[in-house]
Amino acid sequence: MSESSTRLSVFKTYKLYVGGKFPRSESGRVYEVSDSKGKWLANAPLSSRKDARDAVVAARKAFGGWSGATAYNRGQILYRIAEMLEGRREQFVREVGEAEGLSKSKAAAVVDAAIDRWVWYAGWTDKIGQIVGGANPVAGPFFNLSTPEPTGVVTVVAPQDSSFLGLVSVIAPVIATGNTVVVIASEKAPLPALSLGEVLATSDLPGGVVNILSGKAGEMGPHLASHQDVNAIDLAGADAALAKELEIAAADNLKRVLRPQPVDDWNADPGTTRMTAFLETKTVWHPTGSLGAGGSSY
Amino acid sequence: MPTTLTAFADVTTSDSALRRFLHGLPGVDAVGLEARAASLGTRSIKTTAKAYAIDLAISMIDLTTLEGADTPGKVRALSAKAVNPDPTDRTTPMTAAVCVYPDMVATAKAALNGADVKVASVATAFPAGRAALPVKLADTRDAVAAGADEIDMVIDRGAFLAGRYLETYELIKAVKEACVRPDGSAARLKVIFETGELSTYDNIRRASWIGMLAGADFIKTSTGKVGVNATPANTLLMLEAVRDFKAQTGIQIGVKPAGGIRTTKDAIKFLVLVNETVGEDWLSNTWFRFGASSLLNDLLMQRQKLSTGRYSGPDYVTVD
Repeated sequence: MSESSTRLSVFKTYKLYVGGKFPRSESGRVYEVSDSKGKWLANAPLSSRKDARDAVVAARKAFGGWSGATAYNRGQILYRIAEMLEGRREQFVREVGEAEGLSKSKAAAVVDAAIDRWVWYAGWTDKIGQIVGGANPVAGPFFNLSTPEPTGVVTVVAPQDSSFLGLVSVIAPVIATGNTVVVIASEKAPLPALSLGEVLATSDLPGGVVNILSGKAGEMGPHLASHQDVNAIDLAGADAALAKELEIAAADNLKRVLRPQPVDDWNADPGTTRMTAFLETKTVWHPTGSLGAGGSSY
Repeated sequence: MPTTLTAFADVTTSDSALRRFLHGLPGVDAVGLEARAASLGTRSIKTTAKAYAIDLAISMIDLTTLEGADTPGKVRALSAKAVNPDPTDRTTPMTAAVCVYPDMVATAKAALNGADVKVASVATAFPAGRAALPVKLADTRDAVAAGADEIDMVIDRGAFLAGRYLETYELIKAVKEACVRPDGSAARLKVIFETGELSTYDNIRRASWIGMLAGADFIKTSTGKVGVNATPANTLLMLEAVRDFKAQTGIQIGVKPAGGIRTTKDAIKFLVLVNETVGEDWLSNTWFRFGASSLLNDLLMQRQKLSTGRYSGPDYVTVD
């Protein structure tokens, strides 16, 4: 008998990614995840509202450090994520293929596009300020400068169908600008998202910047939408009824809400709209120096 | 000395008698103590019981600021918060007291403006306790004269650890006398052992007995200025000491864990310890206190969660 046939199979326990650690759900619950043909793949944690609460605490804790990091440093880290993903490409091709019922070549194209998306946003971190900020002309002896500032803790309901490229396309723009994120992965295909946590943990990304939960958006969503310490919510993966419910819940503390946008093709040029959706504009006035007693300028 | 204490009159007659008594106390089973404290910490307190526990915990807080950088403004802000912890919800109970340095007592007293919140003052060269006896007593008298309702004194850990138990006892007695106001009433005396510096559970038990014999109204774990502060285990041990003392003398003494209690979950664990060890008699702010500052914000956020159903955040409580 050959040695390989006697080996016991080693199944992977998929876990959440919260605060840089890999906890099971606080509730101890799991649910079965199957591939596109209904074959069982693995059990994924079924997160509870308390997992969501813990994730918000972790995201808030990480916000100061991440938003205060230089844009250049954030870009390096996002690029590092791409590098790490490249090294685990085979794993993601398999997981995405199983999750979405794609052939190997199509799944490979999806993973490549996701890696390229990290590179795209890595480049944007130190350029978005010049695009959406700037010096404003004002009628007075002042410099008037507008700069974009991150909104804070952003909750994202990830796209349901595009379990990996869609996920990367919604979380990368949020963290590129200095926000921290709590993302609810696709309910029926959470495994690529949970594996992405392992990549993020080894990419110099500070713990808590990205927190990945698997489970039902309908269960956790309302608690996150009404959470007073969440600054914005992206409803990308919520259906019409849930999106409406969450938008109402989010109104109470004037949360910034990004309504679901129809996306036909996640491969298309993402543009900057997802980045600017979670930016605030800070404007400062500064005397030019032409106020001296002698009317002097510089 | 109250008549009930006469049973213990001999033990404080000399250093050797006191040492004999303290070393005759049963040794503490450290493993058992920690296991008991940990197992009581696993109780699940939910819904209405949780709401009750949160309000009780708020009413037991000695809202504390003991920094070199304390300003009158900070003390006034703290006092305002003690009276009205959550301005968005007037049903929130007041805290038990504000706890400040002696020179801030008058400021706190004025800021509280007659509200039913006590002013506690640390004294006796807090937190180290390294000063001559007359200085410590003057420190105490100053605080009492400024209007302090309660005095938090520190014992001389150096003397205690060197085995000079009677000296420690006499210090507490002297401070107790210094707490008496001209009109004959007295400020309540809390005795801080700094459990983190006593190194063994046996020492904590001995220190508790010295404090109780010397007439402490409260025994308190720590100053909050060292690495190890209040833990469930050392608080449980002190609760057992006050329970035993009451059983033998009929005198009830309060307990105050201080330092390191930051979350509602922690506070509720301590309340469970109180209820299971000494019972309901101690479940009021006359007999149990939390020395804390950031704990109050967490309690308020949990209270808001219970009353609104929404998770609250630090934007909705004060920045201290």
